[in-house]
Amino acid sequence: MTVFTAEVVVTLRPVINDPQGLSVRAGLRLLGFDGVVSARVGKFIELVVEAEDEAAARAMVTRMCERLLCNPVIEDWRIDSLRALEAAT
Amino acid sequence: MRFGIAVFPGTWSERDCAHAVSLDGHEAVMLWHRDADLRGADCVILPGGFSYGDHLRCGAIARFAPLMDAVAEFAAGGGLVWGICNGFQILCEAHLLPGALLRNASLEFRCEPSWLRVETEASPFTAGCRRGDVLRIPVSHGEGRYVADPQTLLTLENEERVALRYVRADGGPVGEDSPNGSMRDIAGILSEGRNVLGMMPHPERACEPLLGGDDGMAMIRSVAASLDRAGAFIRAGENPRTPR
Repeated sequence: MTVFTAEVVVTLRPVINDPQGLSVRAGLRLLGFDGVVSARVGKFIELVVEAEDEAAARAMVTRMCERLLCNPVIEDWRIDSLRALEAAT
Repeated sequence: MRFGIAVFPGTWSERDCAHAVSLDGHEAVMLWHRDADLRGADCVILPGGFSYGDHLRCGAIARFAPLMDAVAEFAAGGGLVWGICNGFQILCEAHLLPGALLRNASLEFRCEPSWLRVETEASPFTAGCRRGDVLRIPVSHGEGRYVADPQTLLTLENEERVALRYVRADGGPVGEDSPNGSMRDIAGILSEGRNVLGMMPHPERACEPLLGGDDGMAMIRSVAASLDRAGAFIRAGENPRTPR
């Protein structure tokens, strides 16, 4: 078995209004960042998983996203990085 | 009749619900989240609170509790399930109701009176009300902004499954006074079989004049009366009302 770290990003779907993001944008503009066009707030989830190989790890994380980490009614998800930490004995 | 009231870690409204149904002479039994046992309940209430700390998303973790398997089975067989506040969020996460509940548009936690227009009498939860009645029932939530895709919203409207809508005290459109910015001012929706209701406001907190009003009692009485009628509730197909 190998230990992998996976970085999952969950974002609100583009059609979903994000008042938190609007508030962040307003705050940035208040600080003088006039160039900020948009801000959207999502979630970053760092996972450590044990699996036979990378394909198995990716499949497991995918199932996690589909089953719990993301609500497809309002959110999209992606795996930003998946890499082996160490080979377990 | 017997109301079963779900208790998850972080549920905070179960005693209020038990008190409210007892005022109308009904029995209340608590349903522990780890037990897939509805204890012979005629109607299951998923009460308000912050189940599992509302972590990840409100209701996201509660939906996987063993109790929810029994609730889903009960609902599939036509059993009455009433989700209030966090219970509504759980029902959406469990796909027993469509859509989702997001952070209030104001980003504030709102704890205040709200006015709800009854949009259909064709449900066990509102059968004792008149369409157009305005109920004064408080909200208490930070994440009650109902969202769904346009097709789902259309279906809900066409099938007359929007049970309750936020309005002003005079019954007019709520506009900017919406407590949460819900699409189409939706406060409560019914399942396709009309036996599952999810609503953000708390009827159990409006059951005694001493507490500022008893409009919530109309809904409890509706449920009891619906069950009394041959032990069955009014199904959508049995109601002659033509959907708008």
